[in-house]
Amino acid sequence: MTDGQPPDSPIIRIRELRKIYRVGDVDVEALRGVDLDVQRGEFVSIVGPSGSGKSTMFHILGGLTPATSGTVEIDGVDLAKLSEAGRTALRKTKVGFVFQKYNLLPTLTAGENIAIAKNIAGKPVETEDWFRDVLGLLGIDQRLDHKPRAMSGGEQQRVAIARAIVNHPAILLADEPTGNLDTANSEAVLGVLRNLNERLGQTILMITHNPEAAAYGHRVVHMRDGRIVD
Amino acid sequence: MILTLVGVSRGVIEESERRARGVGADIWVRPPASSLISFSTASMPEKLLSFFEQQEHVVLATGSVNHGAGILESLGGIDFDKFERMSGRFRYIQGGPITAPHHILLEDRYAAQKNYKVGQTIRLWNRDWYVVGTYESGKLARMILPLRTVQELAGAEGKLSQIFLKVDKPENIDKVVAALKANPALAGYPIYSVDEWMSLFSVDRIPALRQFIMVVITLGISVGFLVVFLSMYTSVLERTREIGILKSLGASKTYILSILIRETAILSLVGAALGVCATYGTRWIVNNYAGPAFSQIIVKDWWPITAGIAIAGSLLGTLYPAWKAVRQDALEALSYD
Repeated sequence: MTDGQPPDSPIIRIRELRKIYRVGDVDVEALRGVDLDVQRGEFVSIVGPSGSGKSTMFHILGGLTPATSGTVEIDGVDLAKLSEAGRTALRKTKVGFVFQKYNLLPTLTAGENIAIAKNIAGKPVETEDWFRDVLGLLGIDQRLDHKPRAMSGGEQQRVAIARAIVNHPAILLADEPTGNLDTANSEAVLGVLRNLNERLGQTILMITHNPEAAAYGHRVVHMRDGRIVD
Repeated sequence: MILTLVGVSRGVIEESERRARGVGADIWVRPPASSLISFSTASMPEKLLSFFEQQEHVVLATGSVNHGAGILESLGGIDFDKFERMSGRFRYIQGGPITAPHHILLEDRYAAQKNYKVGQTIRLWNRDWYVVGTYESGKLARMILPLRTVQELAGAEGKLSQIFLKVDKPENIDKVVAALKANPALAGYPIYSVDEWMSLFSVDRIPALRQFIMVVITLGISVGFLVVFLSMYTSVLERTREIGILKSLGASKTYILSILIRETAILSLVGAALGVCATYGTRWIVNNYAGPAFSQIIVKDWWPITAGIAIAGSLLGTLYPAWKAVRQDALEALSYD
């Protein structure tokens, strides 16, 4: 049980979620009433064409942008009630991001990229035992002293995954995590995500265009024109 | 830049002071209406020397004629015998004393800068001069010629630019100065004890020098501020994506701001240290290549001042772009390439 929530209650609860962007003088409706529940420990793949609203939902779930209307609860926290500072704190404690472009800090080593996430969360930067195992599982335990430029795309993405989960987030949001990778590295990264889900019970939401990648999840959610279609 | 300019301004003054002290005089008499950095035209009659030598406690009086570019690029014409009795003998690095009217002695540093050698004939003021010797610096002027030669060169036969007096005992210097100042025949002549004369060699006593230094420092601060400001602004722009990444990790505005400010503080401290090191380089360049009129010293008392200027300027220059950066939308920052 977390934050007073019953263990069987969804860790993500989305109701009537709408998002309207203002582009010039035109309102663009990116999300048109999305309802979604994700259970604790679930690995959900979200697929859909460009412009279907999946990235917008991802950004709202991660607290990177506010919703126009509707409710989004993560681990019992209603994002609609959060200020910008509150959403910043949410990213620190409840959400871990994995991006298509890895988004590692280029001047830091892999180890420092992971440590800075702990530092931001106000935690000691020493590597805990459980995380040492995770680094081994990710296959980057021998690469922590390397800068991103000295690592392959697959290695960088695995460092990004390690950074995303180092603070025990309630949910891991992965936006096209294999979009920049070749087939072998894609399979390795997807295997790692599924492994983390199975071994640590990490809740994962993954956006992807690739049906093969989507199949790694427990469930596939399809989006089109700002709505979930099945 | 600031350390070099202050170092040069002080260096030039200290060099002049050292050469003035090297004369060995207890009392200096200057022509009426002259100042420290003015051309001391040879306007005092040479016969004043015998007048001064008749004064109580005065044991020796001699004088010099300046010619050329005044105190900075100085040529001194002296009565060798009396001058050496007052100041001690010249210490020759190469060559020896003047024995003919067309002989010239050069200060060793000046000769090295100009690449003049003993035995060489050099052309100055449309005349050829034979370099008969080089002497250890710190004796009145950079170039020394016989008194009569310079008087003729300056069209000032029988005249002197300044007069030096030696007193029997140091405790009598003030007494002699007071007596000379009280003498109506010397009205209008600036008369200084050696201590008074040396006290004139300071930044505050050179007209407009302090204001000049302040203008230079203000320019230095302004240029430094703009450079740091634009550098930081560009640097923050280039790091927009990094700032977006930090935001996505949950970094607060304060956290990101503190990183940028700490980086700036370290950079400015390193920059200040490098600036201090660079002044040793500029000292070598100025003292060897900038010409005999210039001399630079290391001004350690200005190190903390310039470090403070560098840190304050760079921090102020950082605040605006840093504040702008942390207020940036995380999504916009992440999509920046």
